[in-house]
Amino acid sequence: MTEPLTFHYDVDGENFTSAGQASVQVKKVLRRLGLDPETIRRVSIAMYEGEINMVIHAGGGSADVRIYEDGIEIILADTGPGIADIDQAMQEGFSTAPDNIRSLGFGAGMGLPNMKRYTDSMQIDSTVGVGTTITMRVNL
Amino acid sequence: MQTLSLLPQMEALTMPDPDREIFGAYVGDLLSWVMGRAQADCAWITIMSNVNIVAVAALADVACVILAEDVTPDQAVINTAEAKGINILRSTMPIYESALLLGSHI
Ligand SMILES: Nc1ncnc2c1ncn2[C@@H]1O[C@H](COP(=O)(O)OP(=O)(O)OP(=O)(O)O)[C@@H](O)[C@H]1O
Ligand SMILES: [Mg+2]
Repeated sequence: MTEPLTFHYDVDGENFTSAGQASVQVKKVLRRLGLDPETIRRVSIAMYEGEINMVIHAGGGSADVRIYEDGIEIILADTGPGIADIDQAMQEGFSTAPDNIRSLGFGAGMGLPNMKRYTDSMQIDSTVGVGTTITMRVNL
Repeated sequence: MQTLSLLPQMEALTMPDPDREIFGAYVGDLLSWVMGRAQADCAWITIMSNVNIVAVAALADVACVILAEDVTPDQAVINTAEAKGINILRSTMPIYESALLLGSHI
């Protein structure tokens, strides 16, 4: 078994205009590897939603991507406020995004549902006051 | 793509990928809806013009963004789109009319 390709990104919680850079980078890498466009789309959208969530809801965090022969793993970790009720957060339409964020087009409460839909598995580990780690996998 | 920009109601704000073909359309301003529902290679019609639309367009792999209602983004948005290879057009018409016009040309 060969070692996975690994990438690490720090996601800046202050800079909202550059949010999404890690996902755009990963998309480029996947393109270079010659993966099919639909897989690239699923991975990069799921990662972008998670990245944006860390910026909006958690003040930033980190993203680790591991590319194995049979799948891609994305781990998003932050030390933000945590998610009190994960089932509620997973519901389409549930959002705590503030008005200034909504005016940019975010806050539809569709990010976590998209992440689940576009990946083959997703696990949320969250503790209020400690932070949130989301692990997603897309099979190849 | 290029034929669209020749229409009097449409103007290319930036067209770094002019040969891209359009298949279908998606209309919406809520970014997570767009990412969840828009198909790759479609035209995305919106009135949202902040810089995050460029990342959304790139990741959702849409053929172009059409800003309806004559919405004008900041120059920085246009520059970012150009650098990322995202086509942006501006339509003088409201969303529905923009979609109809698009529909008669794709
Ligand atoms: N990393 C996180 N830390 C803390 N809370 C989070 C985190 N990610 C999501 N949440 C909570 O879960 C809710 C739902 O997230 P989701 O991504 O589905 O919607 P949203 O970010 O509010 O809007 P959208 O993604 O549609 O722009 C958020 O409003 C927030 O309360
Ligand atoms: Mg979200």
